[in-house]
Amino acid sequence: MSTDAALAVPVMRNDKHDTLIDLLFRSVVSSAGIFVLLALVGAAVSMLWGGRLAFETFGWQFLTTQEWDVPASKFGALVPIYGTLVTAGIAMLIAVPVSFGIAVFLTEVAPSWMRGPVSAAIELLAGIPSIIYGMWGLFVLAPYLSEHAYPWIDEHLGGLPFLGPLFTGPPLGIGMLAAGLVLAIMVIPFISSVMREVFLTVPNRLKESAYALGSTTWEVVWDIVLPYTRSAVIGGVFLGLGRALGETMAVTFVIGNAYNISASLLDPGTSIASTIANEFGEAVDPLHKSTLLALGFLLFVLTFIVLSIAKLMLIKLQRKEGR
Amino acid sequence: MNASDYLYLRRSIKNKLAMVLAGAAAIFGMFWLIWILWTTVSKGVAHLNLDLFTMMTPPPDERGGLLNAFFGSAVISLLAIAIGTPIGIAAGTFLAEYANHTKLGTLTRFVNDILLSAPSIVLGLFVYALVVVQVGHFSAWAGSIALAFIALPVIVRTTDEMLRLVPSAMREAALSLGVPQWKVTMQVLYRSALPGIVTGVLLALARITGETAPLLFTAASNQFWSTDLNAPMANVPMVIFQYAMSPYESWNSLAWAGAFVVTVFVLLLGIAARAILLRNKVSHD
Amino acid sequence: MLSSIKSRIALLGLAAAMAFNVHAQNVTGAGSSFVYPVMTKWSADFRNSTQVKVNYQSIGSGGGIAQIKAATVDFGASDAPLKPADLAKFGLGQFPTVIGGVVPVVNVPGIGAGKLRFTGPVLANIFLGKIKTWNDPAIAALNPGVTLPATKITVVHRSDGSGTTFNFVNYLSKVSPEWKSGVGEGTAVKWPVGIGGKGNEGVAAYVKQIKGGIGYVELSYALQNKMSYAGMQNAAGKWVLPNAESFAAAAASADWANAKDFYLVMTNAPGDASWPITASVFIIMYKQPKNAASSKSAKEFFRWVFKNGDAQARKLDYVPLPPALVAQIEAYWAAEFKF
Repeated sequence: MSTDAALAVPVMRNDKHDTLIDLLFRSVVSSAGIFVLLALVGAAVSMLWGGRLAFETFGWQFLTTQEWDVPASKFGALVPIYGTLVTAGIAMLIAVPVSFGIAVFLTEVAPSWMRGPVSAAIELLAGIPSIIYGMWGLFVLAPYLSEHAYPWIDEHLGGLPFLGPLFTGPPLGIGMLAAGLVLAIMVIPFISSVMREVFLTVPNRLKESAYALGSTTWEVVWDIVLPYTRSAVIGGVFLGLGRALGETMAVTFVIGNAYNISASLLDPGTSIASTIANEFGEAVDPLHKSTLLALGFLLFVLTFIVLSIAKLMLIKLQRKEGR
Repeated sequence: MNASDYLYLRRSIKNKLAMVLAGAAAIFGMFWLIWILWTTVSKGVAHLNLDLFTMMTPPPDERGGLLNAFFGSAVISLLAIAIGTPIGIAAGTFLAEYANHTKLGTLTRFVNDILLSAPSIVLGLFVYALVVVQVGHFSAWAGSIALAFIALPVIVRTTDEMLRLVPSAMREAALSLGVPQWKVTMQVLYRSALPGIVTGVLLALARITGETAPLLFTAASNQFWSTDLNAPMANVPMVIFQYAMSPYESWNSLAWAGAFVVTVFVLLLGIAARAILLRNKVSHD
Repeated sequence: MLSSIKSRIALLGLAAAMAFNVHAQNVTGAGSSFVYPVMTKWSADFRNSTQVKVNYQSIGSGGGIAQIKAATVDFGASDAPLKPADLAKFGLGQFPTVIGGVVPVVNVPGIGAGKLRFTGPVLANIFLGKIKTWNDPAIAALNPGVTLPATKITVVHRSDGSGTTFNFVNYLSKVSPEWKSGVGEGTAVKWPVGIGGKGNEGVAAYVKQIKGGIGYVELSYALQNKMSYAGMQNAAGKWVLPNAESFAAAAASADWANAKDFYLVMTNAPGDASWPITASVFIIMYKQPKNAASSKSAKEFFRWVFKNGDAQARKLDYVPLPPALVAQIEAYWAAEFKF
């Protein structure tokens, strides 16, 4: 029949052609993916390699020594690690509730004409270069803190039973608290924008059902929106934490760069990133250079641990939700 | 009042309190933003003049501008984006289309997240060891490579997420018509996800614009106009850093003016990115 | 016809490119951040008169030393001189280029610039943490007639390694045996007390904000930031204030003639008018460099600086070298540098 001929599909010579290009395409994107893996491994390995002299010389004690003696070539990572963790901790304590509040405000409370501008404004905070945070922190925030905030804190909170020692100290204006505050301001836009975007993905039907049953706005947020978006919210928080751990310039300007561990948040300290930034340019002694690279490797390890904890939490949550 | 009235009152108070706190949080965020922006604007705008964009970085107490720094930053950043974008889009495609739901894909996503949060100074040190030490001197190339490593995970992540947002129906429709996989990706998926991918590139550019730490040990800086990629090149973050830390009034003013320009540039990038995304928003219902 | 035009254009372009390359031997240098401001002024003026670009990277004295040892720059600049043995090992020569000084700055309410004074041992004890308040008898004894409050002293030092620190602790080691044995010297030391500011500016900023603060900065920072600097008692027992004259006096009284490769740290210089914490920035170059042409350009640059750069240095609060020293340096060039 004539329709048979019309319906006969010719063998496409392009099939082989396309298969080849498919293969090429697949190998190109796969190598790009592998490249990302290699990039991280390469960076970590190069830090480890550069730091091997320090690790060999100091051994495990490197992690527990408070010493930082450049002329005598004795180094210990405890003080920078402590500073990194404390400033990041303060930053998270401030940033997470504030970001949550901002996200709730922008998705539930604010009138719709306000939402665009305010969320754009908050994201603007994310765009400000970190060196400006550092300059602002040192020249504007620190004087204000030393004049007004620190004395107030010392007076009113220094006497508290448990937490008192955290808040006693000289009104320097710079220090762990100042660094933590600047970090919090830097991290708020990231966490709040992740939270906001994710809150917006909650299907309206779910929220409307809850409202129909008589829930207040807060109950909808706490009982419906937050559980629905828990995984992404946690992911966002930990990404913000990762950022806070690694921030260099802003922290270097305001942390005070003192190599001692003190209970008070008002005292100066140092972080891993700021130690590296301060000393790498002038480090002539190979052991000194190696120590700084070893610190870089430790920072990688810290970030890795933090993100792994986040991933594990997420997997546990997803399993509970049955996914 | 009976029990249920009490209950309702409690819930109502909790609700109002929560809304007030949410508003307070927003005000808290805006407060810092306004303070920092006010500082940058008030200190920077005063020194905004034609000289800034037409003259080179000067010695202290002399007339000058940041022309070589702006040019250098543009060159280094664009080169970094040029290096990072193809690799980033390819890796994002790999994650979304070829390795989605596989162990390798999960691992690569995790590794990408670590790279995203990696301290920029460590990436700078890595490129220092990889490029600067081998070649023997600072160069604009090394700076671009360091910034590319920072831009890369941003582009990978946004490409991955944007491609995964494209409904499977589109893929299946194209495949069922006999379109080969690579054409499906390039002509259907990329076109659909293009706004998102472009947003990712703009965000990456905004991210690397203000980064100082990776350039400290790679591109360093240059007092003069230079187009030599193999030599140190002036760039805005390094100049701001050096000038802000100096005691000279004229240099401090240039630093704040440069900071203002960078902030405005990043703001414009953010607005552009949002505009592109909003105009092509993907629905979730 | 077309191909011949193309090839002619190509040839012209090639010739221009080659001509451009041969045109000027640009110079690269790296090191001390202290000398960076005046370097930019000198190299801008030098470029205006000779078209040669001297590109200086302010990466710190340690970085400068590393770069010149690796021969990746034409000259390195360091606030701390290299020892002659170290220089000989690498085939390097060194000479001073400009003079600055380290100045103690204080933030004590009611006390202006030059009103407070210290001796070396007292200053060392403050930085050791042994003198804790401003109204300590040791300080009061040196400053009769000055009301000193009971405020706690907050020491501010450098968080980054630097030549400024090197010169400051070198001086403290010379005047205080306890400092020498307890803390020692170097571009970075283990400070017994205090907080660290990044760069001279960081120290200046902290001292300006913290009531009762004391720090040490280069003179240009103290003057430009209008800080309260303190006077010191020098090795001759005289009280001096930090300024161009007392720095120049220290440079003139220092024993350069007997310093091999100019290895001389000028702290605690003799001489009635000398400022005790004066320092010099040293230029380090290869005696037989691989790239003789650009090293020659570098030498010409410094010759020009010694002849024409004094006014600019003074304007930026640096102190130019005394003429006798310049003559000694030019003789050193003639004898040691084979280019």
